[in-house]
Amino acid sequence: MTALIEIKGVRHAFRTAAGPLRVLDGLDISVEEGGFCAVVGPSGCGKSTLTRLIAGLMRPDEGEVWLHGEQVRGPRSTVGMAFQNPVLLEWRSILKNVMLPLEIVPNGLRGKAAVDRARHLLALVGLEGFEDKRPSELSGGMRQRASLCRALVHQPEVLILDEPFGALDAFTREDLWQTMHELKAKEPFTGVLITHDLREAIFLGDQVVVLSGRPARTQYLMNIDRSAPADLKELYTAEAAERLTILRHQIEIAQGRAPEEAKS
Amino acid sequence: MTGRLKKVTVPLIAILIFLLLWEALVWLNGWPNYKMASPSDLWPAYTRYWELFLVMGWQTLWRTVAGLLLAVVVGTAIGMVMGFSRTMRDGLYPLLVGFNAIPKATVVPIVALIFVGAHDFNTVLIAFMISFFPIAVSVSIGLSTLEPEYRDILRALGASQTTIFWKIALPKTLPEFFGALKVSVTLAFIGTNLMEIVSPHGRGLGALFDSGKTNSDYPLMFAVLIALALLGIILYYIVVGLEKIFASWAERSPH
Repeated sequence: MTALIEIKGVRHAFRTAAGPLRVLDGLDISVEEGGFCAVVGPSGCGKSTLTRLIAGLMRPDEGEVWLHGEQVRGPRSTVGMAFQNPVLLEWRSILKNVMLPLEIVPNGLRGKAAVDRARHLLALVGLEGFEDKRPSELSGGMRQRASLCRALVHQPEVLILDEPFGALDAFTREDLWQTMHELKAKEPFTGVLITHDLREAIFLGDQVVVLSGRPARTQYLMNIDRSAPADLKELYTAEAAERLTILRHQIEIAQGRAPEEAKS
Repeated sequence: MTGRLKKVTVPLIAILIFLLLWEALVWLNGWPNYKMASPSDLWPAYTRYWELFLVMGWQTLWRTVAGLLLAVVVGTAIGMVMGFSRTMRDGLYPLLVGFNAIPKATVVPIVALIFVGAHDFNTVLIAFMISFFPIAVSVSIGLSTLEPEYRDILRALGASQTTIFWKIALPKTLPEFFGALKVSVTLAFIGTNLMEIVSPHGRGLGALFDSGKTNSDYPLMFAVLIALALLGIILYYIVVGLEKIFASWAERSPH
């Protein structure tokens, strides 16, 4: 299989008043078509910069980002994004919010086809009957579900999720993890998930990348077999505990709190 | 009582109580007309000069609205420039604040001298000058505080700056814009009347006020003030109506 997302030797620095601030320093990530890569790392290590690079919102100082065999040089309509803040437009109904990308992308669905597509997605995430509500009338979890629908409505090749569940309570978050698996089964996409939650990373990702502290480089890679259907119970097995222990230790190394002997 | 009826009757009753209190205040103190006219003195003034009130009221109204429209166009334009460019914001802010700090009463004679005889133009100009500032500031704040994620969801799809402005920046700024417009409405009235009162051979309700002063017709002066208040209320509620149409989404229903 070919890699759909290929990040090779990416380095990037922000120009600040105090001189250049290096955020990414030798990042290598490769995600196969249909894969789901969870990226974890200490706070402020450049994870959000990574999402902006993949989305083409900025270009790296050094290194290359490839999507589907093409080098990313600018924004492209084959990308869908969702953030921790659902950023729904308050003046639009939920349905109209979900349809927004179709108004932007070239050859997006129009008219009834667009409405049907949005309704279909909303039904998939359990928001049937809320199409005409305003975002302010929905709970945080429901808003995030709508935001996921908007990210997927134009059938993007790549879904970029920047801590989308970070602001939700634990139970809502677990609900949305399940929803993500259901969505993935019905709406195939290749995903990159930025998260601070190690359980989320091992439950959703088929690979987990640990970034080092700033400037970030790829520090550790864990592959997870996803052939069996996902079940929240698998988070409470010995295998999961072992994975979490390894990742926890890697994060401590990234934070500079543990010696680097475990580095592979 | 239905909610709709209540919305009309409650303010009307409030106005009535206000007029009664006013009447009682004047009556209890035994104030003569030249000290303070009472509401019952106003009615004769209106019936006697009703034609003048209509003509002058219209002149005040259209010049205020013209100044306000100009303020909306120019204020929005300045706000957009300052909202999108940090450099422009840093450069223009002190100028704007300084300009706004100058009492417009001092500008009136200058404007009257520059454009001698152009009464309508002068009046509209002062109404504009006094009322554009809140609009410019609110639009610039609305645009500059747009969270980057809002831009990113559209930019990531390859949307142009123009698309982002029409789909997100503009609608998101509307609540702030209408808030400022409510302030600007009353400011524009102040501007119009300033010019009408100060400039010789003036027209509009301001000139009528001035002639009441010259003729020591105190009930007429008070009647003008109430007419001005009425026009202000009408324009204000027109803005509220527009806000309901274009920005009602910003109103949260109490939970």
